[in-house]
Amino acid sequence: MPSEPQDDVNLTKEAPEPESTVAVRRPHSQRAETVFRSLATAAGAIIVASIALIALFLLIRAIPSLRADEANFFTSTEFATTDANNLRFGIKDLFMVTVLSSVFALVIAVPIGVGIALFLTHYAPKAVAKPAAMLVDLLAAVPSIVFGLWGFLVLAPQLGPVQTFLNDNLGWFPLFADGNVSISGGGTIFVAGVVLAVMILPIITSVSREVFNLTPVTHIEAAQALGATKWEVVRMTVLPYGRSGVIAGSMLGLGRALGETIAVLVVLRTAAQAGQWSLFDGGYTFASKIASAASEFSSPLPTGAYIAAGFVLFALTFVVNALARLAAGGKVNQ
Amino acid sequence: MATTTTLEKPIKAPTFRHVSTGRRIKNNLATGAFAACFAIAMIPLVWVLWMVISKGITAIASATWWTNSQKGILPDQTGGGVYHAIYGTIVQSAVAAVIAVPLGVMAAIYLVEYGRGRLAKVTTFMVDILAGVPSIVAALFIFALWIATLGFPQSAFAVSLAMVLLMLPVVVRSTEEMLKLVPDELREASYALGIPKWKTVVKIVVPTALPGMISGILLSLARVMGETAPVLVLVGYAKSINSNLFDGNMASLPLLIYQELANPEAAGRERVWGAALTLILLIALLYAAAAVVNKLLTRNR
Repeated sequence: MPSEPQDDVNLTKEAPEPESTVAVRRPHSQRAETVFRSLATAAGAIIVASIALIALFLLIRAIPSLRADEANFFTSTEFATTDANNLRFGIKDLFMVTVLSSVFALVIAVPIGVGIALFLTHYAPKAVAKPAAMLVDLLAAVPSIVFGLWGFLVLAPQLGPVQTFLNDNLGWFPLFADGNVSISGGGTIFVAGVVLAVMILPIITSVSREVFNLTPVTHIEAAQALGATKWEVVRMTVLPYGRSGVIAGSMLGLGRALGETIAVLVVLRTAAQAGQWSLFDGGYTFASKIASAASEFSSPLPTGAYIAAGFVLFALTFVVNALARLAAGGKVNQ
Repeated sequence: MATTTTLEKPIKAPTFRHVSTGRRIKNNLATGAFAACFAIAMIPLVWVLWMVISKGITAIASATWWTNSQKGILPDQTGGGVYHAIYGTIVQSAVAAVIAVPLGVMAAIYLVEYGRGRLAKVTTFMVDILAGVPSIVAALFIFALWIATLGFPQSAFAVSLAMVLLMLPVVVRSTEEMLKLVPDELREASYALGIPKWKTVVKIVVPTALPGMISGILLSLARVMGETAPVLVLVGYAKSINSNLFDGNMASLPLLIYQELANPEAAGRERVWGAALTLILLIALLYAAAAVVNKLLTRNR
């Protein structure tokens, strides 16, 4: 680790420089030092402050609308903000759609992401691993509106038969029961979840890859010395060692999926009634609901309803990302 | 090698040569499964890129695409260009970069060179959190602060402000990584010459880390260019160029795509895919630039 405390040149206020006979430091450069240090510290402080400001300003704008809310904010499935005198909004349905689509995305993306990470770190030959890793990272470079486009115009029609099949054969299971939109029309949480899974794959892969790469060679060699096959080596050393990293990566992926806006807005179809925890529901997530109403943010009270939803989303992603950091022992760096 | 030593010829055959069938099958299954995971991930990548290129190529092949705006073009009419949207995308992200880069670089310098104790820990944590803030929340925050509280109109500048929030963590992270790679010996040598710390940072540490920093900044630009949520909330769509940053609607490629998606005509679809391809080309250009900068500037070292 570079830049450990360098006390010899550290001009802190608490420890004034001793009257030195060697170093010739003019007061001018000392002032410059102070200015530069303050600028750097201020930049760091601005970042800290911005998080606090986000929470503060969202709350300030949300509270009047929450006061005026005639329905229960947490348990109502309505979101009627057209009549400013009779605001009725709740986040229950938004929460359901957000969580269901994100968790479904996670269920698809985590096994595949971990598989890719294992393939890249312990199976693929070195010459292949690097370009292959770059290919996976390219997925992160594709803008989310393009994924939305693809999901809406290309993927949804293709997934139609799959959804019908699941619904026909596993319809007794709540997740695959009939939803509040027609399955053949695409635009269900199922499709949105698949699109989200593609979008969060790179982050899960890259975080997992990083920890798998760090597996101590001695562990691997010990397993090999016992005659383990490659799979047994992976199962006994790499996977247990990388567990916290995989969890952290998945949480980061979950955070992304919860907040993804435009792809979901484009893909997911609106539904006339609230969902029933089926993958074949339609509706809005927090993010897509806010984006869908963005052009009508003119009067403060209805807008505040959306800002309140935004605050919940902010809190949700804050918690998820903080947990990801905890899981990785404070070493998430992606 | 002509000569063989005794070491190469084992004295005794290895005791464990045989791996039981069950274990071998499991091993092969696992190998196959991991390779398959990689193959599965390639499907959407190839599929998306193929779709965008094959459907967008006709639109961007015409010269008017690059030199015209959508001014006066009806929804069902083929033609016009996305000049105005390219302009908007570049201007908005450039303004964001002008704010985010100095701020992010200074914050990274703070974290690497000065940061110690609680504020540094909190800052690192908050950079992580900021990296996880959804773009719609950033947009909503700028809306609540800049438009609802301070009373400014919707504008391209508001979009840039939201983009600053999205760029900052990326800039800080990449700069931090690069600064950490600068060997301490360089710093120590500079101190030994009696050069004050700030000058060491500005003249020795930052120039050494510069190639990596620039490519990190280019990548962060590429990231915010494709963001759609801020433009949806903070600015309206315009069919022609608007040179006023602080007022009025301004188009950008993501906004144009979103706008034209609501247009059911064939001409609209063509514009959608064309704009998507243009956006991807723009981002690819930045990625290529980042790679070139990294290569060119690190070669003579």
